[in-house]
Amino acid sequence: MNSASSRNTILRELRAAVPESSPIPNLPVRGPWQTFDDPLGRFSELLTMVGGTCVRVRNIADANTVLQQVDAWNSAVVRCSLVSGVGDSTIDLNAVDDPHQLENVEFAVLPGQFGVAENGAIWVTDHGIPHRVLFFLSQHLSIVISSSQIVHNMHEAYARIEPQQHAFAGFISGPSKTADIEQSLVIGAHGARSITVLAVDEL
Amino acid sequence: MNVALFIPCYVDQFYPQVGMATVEVLEHFGVKHSFPVEQTCCGQPMANSGYTEQARPLAEKYVDVFDGYDYIVAPSGSCVAMVRHHYSPFFDSNNARASTVRERTMELSEFLVNVLNISCIHGRFAHKVGIHQSCHGLRELRLSPSSESCTERADLLTSLLETLDGISFSTLQRPDECCGFGGTFAVTEEAVSCMMGEDRIHDHLQAETEILTAGDMSCLMHLEGIIRRQQLPIRVMHFAELIAEAIQSVVPVETANKRNHR
Amino acid sequence: MSHPLLAEQFISRRDRAAWHDRSLWFVREKRDRQANDVPEWEELRKFASDIKQHTMSRLPNYLEEFERNAKALGVHVHWAVDGDEHNGIVHSILERHGVKRLVKSKSMLTEECHLNPFLEDRGITVIDTDLGERIVQLRNEPPSHIVLPAIHIRKEEVGACFHEHLGTEQGASDPKYLTEAARHHLREQFLAADAGITGVNFAIAETGGFVVCTNEGNADLGVSLPKLHIACMGIEKLVPRSKDLGVFLRLLARSATGQPITTYTSHFHGPRDGCELHVVLVDNGRSQLLQSPEFRRSLNCIRCGACMNTCPVFRRTGGHSYESTVPGPIGSILAPFRDPDQHTSLPFACSLCGSCTDVCPVKIDLHHQLFAMRSRLDHQQKLGGTKKLTMQLASSVLRHTWFYRLAGRVARYSLRWLPRFLIYNPLNGWGRQRELPSAPEQSFRRMYEDRQRKERP
Repeated sequence: MNSASSRNTILRELRAAVPESSPIPNLPVRGPWQTFDDPLGRFSELLTMVGGTCVRVRNIADANTVLQQVDAWNSAVVRCSLVSGVGDSTIDLNAVDDPHQLENVEFAVLPGQFGVAENGAIWVTDHGIPHRVLFFLSQHLSIVISSSQIVHNMHEAYARIEPQQHAFAGFISGPSKTADIEQSLVIGAHGARSITVLAVDEL
Repeated sequence: MNVALFIPCYVDQFYPQVGMATVEVLEHFGVKHSFPVEQTCCGQPMANSGYTEQARPLAEKYVDVFDGYDYIVAPSGSCVAMVRHHYSPFFDSNNARASTVRERTMELSEFLVNVLNISCIHGRFAHKVGIHQSCHGLRELRLSPSSESCTERADLLTSLLETLDGISFSTLQRPDECCGFGGTFAVTEEAVSCMMGEDRIHDHLQAETEILTAGDMSCLMHLEGIIRRQQLPIRVMHFAELIAEAIQSVVPVETANKRNHR
Repeated sequence: MSHPLLAEQFISRRDRAAWHDRSLWFVREKRDRQANDVPEWEELRKFASDIKQHTMSRLPNYLEEFERNAKALGVHVHWAVDGDEHNGIVHSILERHGVKRLVKSKSMLTEECHLNPFLEDRGITVIDTDLGERIVQLRNEPPSHIVLPAIHIRKEEVGACFHEHLGTEQGASDPKYLTEAARHHLREQFLAADAGITGVNFAIAETGGFVVCTNEGNADLGVSLPKLHIACMGIEKLVPRSKDLGVFLRLLARSATGQPITTYTSHFHGPRDGCELHVVLVDNGRSQLLQSPEFRRSLNCIRCGACMNTCPVFRRTGGHSYESTVPGPIGSILAPFRDPDQHTSLPFACSLCGSCTDVCPVKIDLHHQLFAMRSRLDHQQKLGGTKKLTMQLASSVLRHTWFYRLAGRVARYSLRWLPRFLIYNPLNGWGRQRELPSAPEQSFRRMYEDRQRKERP
């Protein structure tokens, strides 16, 4: 069977079903949804709960200062930053044409768009990122966001984003983890071993 | 108000004292009752096994037997759930007679609380009681809040029992896990049925339950079967028996119109 | 083998069954805490159910919309009627690209189609990269849970497996140490892979994109290095709009593992520069399910596994007892629907407690569907003779009051007078671990008659 005729078969079989018509629910942005008195505080609490760290700083210079005190950054031999003024790069990302070449990156500083208070997640996109794999391949991550850009919940998040504008975009909430061995939580399964979020007031 | 007693088949045959306790409790609250002798079974064992057609004649008989009463009251959440929720395949939705009989079928605690508006029972029961939340009563009839659900609901049985003098309640690790009876499941999946039953009993033992009570004698039959086989120190009672024992010292209310108010 | 037999075997190792039960109950408790943290939890479930119901009512239109939008982004869209066709499509894409080894993140759909053995028979190495899936892959067994594939395996056993396959120290069982070993091992696989295959948690009709959720980042690593990404999805995984994801993503991880969201929730819209992205839409019985008014709500399923974690039977008998790719309550509807001959015991592996229905984030009335599936199997004449005969007999007895009363008297008499060894014989399933009720002299109706007579002087 070729794909075109399978397509027709499937659509035909689906149309043979006559489920009751059912209206699409209206999903208001400001609905009966949970909000928080201190969104940044809640974001930070949730991020900590999932194994990440959130540090609030006044400006980029302070963000850089905080980063310099992070052990993983200090010990990183191969590192890069796509946030101007925060950290530096020992590799030229624009000269890398094969993402496999990034396997030795120990620390990456990358930009985030905004945070979500209810779950400590940050919306990131591939805009300005030569290789999206940096979000996952780098041993440690720091993500820089504006401290005022925290939405309460996922409904507000989706009101802000247009995921179709990017081949890759996503929410990242904390470092990678697994509990697949006897339900024991281990931080640092395949993706980043740590995430340090720098929430900057004057971005 | 004329109330028919609906006594599940296995209660009729093997736990008549639960039926008698139901009678005593209803009489205590001044309810005039009768027992339509033609009743046999609601058809649940057949329907649960997938044999809907074998349940049909029993459903039809049920409606015939109980037609004409104001309420049909049963000391069994699962039988009531069968009649109210699972009789649809047997009757047209515009069969008013069947719909009326079904709507009027009530489990004992919901009848006491929601129809008679009982909020307080004068009686004494100085024991530590462990309530087993029978699944049909819990998740079909919604007689109590379920631990999975975030919807607030009244806990009918506790609201009745907690007013008894001297009573205390045990705190379980798993407040509403299934006992494992499940009808023919008890025999066809005997290993897991008994493991589930044992786990409930151990939960009650660790909670120091003296009297294990529930609204369904089927759960209690299964749990008591294990308790007796293992000779464990827990006594099993249907809550109708518990209330009947507790009110023994109190004079029955004269007329059906007198209500107990807190 | 049937569920009761496999269940009995699982339970015969009682300590292990109790450990398995406690592990999953722990996950259920985490789910409860998360649900209670969201004041609008029950409303969210209603929204999710309504969105899915609406989607199913217009599924062909939404699939066409998805395809149109995906193609506009440069995605190759394929349609597969069944598992075999799906495997053929995936293989031909891989062949065209000369793929010799690939990495795959968790996809129950590919399990359902038995993709791995199909590809391996054709000389392609498949590495499952979700840690739990990798463990069961190395042990050559199927996953036992759709979200926690290795929940049935103790850490010492993982240690033994890794010692054999990954060279970890003999006797090591520390999860951190073992996970670290797996991290190194899988990192090599990601870097060496020619292609990455993922499942799809949600596909968005309005944008032509899809979402993949993981905690480990393995899906992302798998598709961000090689130039070829194939995403396999069941056609029911569609949602109409981006904003619908707000509802589902708030429910999914909370229901599945008791966390507010998975670590990674990646949205894919079109291929990376210079790369290819393929989506394979798979029917494999789903259109039949849609045609069934009784069971079509099962298509709401977002594969969270909450029903498995709460099911008292699943917890005590393990996923392998179901012999079905998707086990537990939802699996006990899907499997016998698709293949009634193979899975007759599944709808009966259930005490009808209804806990599954209460936790399902998309409000599938699971226990009612299990109840209805029993009836369906009877109508299809898949249920064995003896039980039916017994029920027919019981029905005849119960239909006639006099017959019922006689039967009751005989039963009580026998129970009172027959010697114990006769009652508690090997044929008595009830009596293996339980006492039968003691037999009263009089039935309730007799006692009531006597009482009424006494009160009427």
